[in-house]
Amino acid sequence: MVDLSVKIGALTLANPVMPASGSFSTEYAQVIDINRLGALVAKTVSRNFRAGNPTPRAAEVEAGMINSIGLPTKGLQYFLDVQLPDYKQYTPPLVASISAEDADDFQAMARDISAPGVDAIEINISCPTRKPGGGNFALQANHTRDIVARVRSVTDKPVWAKLSPNAGEIVDVALAAEEAGADALTVANTILAMKIDVASFRPALGNKVGGFSGPAIKPIIMRMVYQISKAVSIPVIGCGGISNAEDVIEYMLAGASAVEIGYINFRNPTAMISIIDDLRDWCDKRGIKRIADLTRAVRDDDMETDIYAAAAQGL
Amino acid sequence: MTLRDYRYASQPFVVGASAAADFPAHTVVEETLTEVVANDWVNDEYKHLVVTASPKALAVKPGQFFHVLCPSPDQGDLWFRRPQSIYAIDKDAGRLEFLYKCVGRGTHGLATMGPGDKCNIVGPLGIGFSLEPQWKNIVVLGRGVGLATMAPISQLAGERGVGVTAILSARNASYLLSREKFAAIGAAIVPVIDTDGTSAVENVEAILRALIDDGKADAFFTCGSNRLFQVMRRLGKEFGIPGQIAMEQIMACGLGPCYVCVKTFEVDGQKVLRRVCVEGPVFDIQEALGW
Repeated sequence: MVDLSVKIGALTLANPVMPASGSFSTEYAQVIDINRLGALVAKTVSRNFRAGNPTPRAAEVEAGMINSIGLPTKGLQYFLDVQLPDYKQYTPPLVASISAEDADDFQAMARDISAPGVDAIEINISCPTRKPGGGNFALQANHTRDIVARVRSVTDKPVWAKLSPNAGEIVDVALAAEEAGADALTVANTILAMKIDVASFRPALGNKVGGFSGPAIKPIIMRMVYQISKAVSIPVIGCGGISNAEDVIEYMLAGASAVEIGYINFRNPTAMISIIDDLRDWCDKRGIKRIADLTRAVRDDDMETDIYAAAAQGL
Repeated sequence: MTLRDYRYASQPFVVGASAAADFPAHTVVEETLTEVVANDWVNDEYKHLVVTASPKALAVKPGQFFHVLCPSPDQGDLWFRRPQSIYAIDKDAGRLEFLYKCVGRGTHGLATMGPGDKCNIVGPLGIGFSLEPQWKNIVVLGRGVGLATMAPISQLAGERGVGVTAILSARNASYLLSREKFAAIGAAIVPVIDTDGTSAVENVEAILRALIDDGKADAFFTCGSNRLFQVMRRLGKEFGIPGQIAMEQIMACGLGPCYVCVKTFEVDGQKVLRRVCVEGPVFDIQEALGW
C-alpha cells in the first residue's frame, strides 16, 4: 500500500490533500470525517472585524465560479479564543491564514497568531478583492520580500506564502518569497475576473470584480506551479481547479508537494475524501510506493524545444 | 458502496446501500445519491419532484433545505448546486418531495430529470422552523414558491393539533399551489390573488388583523414575498406576535465556510450579516429587513 504522507518543510502531512483557505471550516465535520485530511487550513483572519463585500458575492461562470467575499472575519482574538480550540478538536495539523492592510500589521499578526496549536501560518498576501489600500502584496516581488521577511523575523512557525496569479512575473515573486525566508509557497490564489449580466447590464458581483476559481483555471495555475518549482527549492503547494485525484497527480508531477482544494468542496462536499481514497487506488494500481516520489516527476528533461531537434528524437 | 463520478470527485451515500465506514455515523449532513421517483408539472411553471431518501436525509425538519446538484438544461454545465427547501417528508415511503419553479438554468435542468434518474443532494441543511408548545393557532403566509416552504411546517402543526390559517398568495388561481395539501391538514385556507386584487397589502393586512382579533394568530410564518413579509413584520411588532421567515440567497457551499449567502439583519438597532445556509434559512421576522 502506498505511503501517502508528504513533507512541507518540517511539517509532515498524512496525505497531500488540504482544503484551500476560505472554502473550509470545521462546519465540514457535519458531512465528512475531517480527520482524514492532510491538514486543516483556516479562513483568513485579520486583526479586527471585517464585514466583507456586498452581495451577490459569487457567480457561476464557465467551468468555475467568481467570488468576492471580501475576507469577512471576526478578528484575531476571536480566532485565538474560539476558532483555534475548535480546530484543535481534530487531529490534522492546523494552518492559520492571516491578512493585513499594511506591512507593520502583517508582522504583528504573524507574531500574535503564533500560538500553540498553530502548526503553520499561510500569509494571504494575494486576495484579489480587497479594497484599495492593501492586501495584494504578492503582485510585486519587492512587496512580497518585505512582508515575508518581516513575518519571518517574528515567528518560528513554518511560513507559507500564498502567491497571486495576477502578478506579472510570478516566478520573480516566488523567488523573492523564498529569499526572504518562506518555508513553502501556495500557488496560487484566484484570478481577478468579471461577469456582467447582459439582461440587467449589471456586474454579477456586488464588488463588480472577483476572483476566478474552479476547473477552468487549472492549466493556468499548473503552468505557474511548474515554472516556480523549477526556480525554487522550497516546497510548492498547488492550488487551482482540482476536481479529482488525477488533477492532484498532475500538480505533483508539475512540482507540487501537496495541494489545496477549493471549488470542488462546494460542488461535492465529499470530494476531498473521495480524492484521498482515489489517490491511494491510483498509486497502488501503478505500484507507486511513496506518493511524495511524484513531486517534480514530470518527464521533461529530454524534451527539445526546437521542433527540428524534437523531430530527430521521434517526437 | 461507493460511487465515483470521476470528473468531479464525489463519494455520496447511495440510497438503499448499507452504511459503510466511509460514512461516519456522527455526521448529520450527507451527500446522498437519490433516485427520482417522479418529476411532474403542476402548472406551466412549477414542477413537483419526488426522490428516494436515506435515513439521514429523512431526518430533515420543516424549513430546512437540500443543496441539489441539478443537471444542465443545455449543452453547457452547471457549477453551483441549487438550494431547495423541503416540501414534503414521507418517512413511511422513504421519500422526499420538492416543489420548484423553473426560472433559471438550475431549475430548468432539474426539470429534465425523470423517473429512475440519479439526483445528488446534500442535506439536511440549515435551521428550520420552530413550533412552540404554547402556540394553539398559527398563521402561515406564502406566495409563489414560498408556498412550498410553508407546507411542512403547516403539516407538523396539524399533526400536533395546532390550528393553521394558510393565506396563500399568487398571481392567479392556477398558481395557488398545494392548496390540497393545506386542506388535508385541516387548515383554514384564505386564497389571495393578484387578478381580483385580494393579494393587495391592504387586504392582507385586514385579513391578518381579523385573525389577530379572533385569537387565531399566536405565531406568524412567511416565505415568498417581500411585500407581504413587511405587513406581517409590522403587525407582529404592533401586537407582540412572534414570527419566522424563511429566506433565499445565492449559495455556494451550503455548509457555512464560504460566506457567499449572507443577508443583512437588524438586531438591537445594529446591522449584522448572517449566513442564510447555517444561521437560517429561517430567521426571526423582526430581525429580517427584507425577503
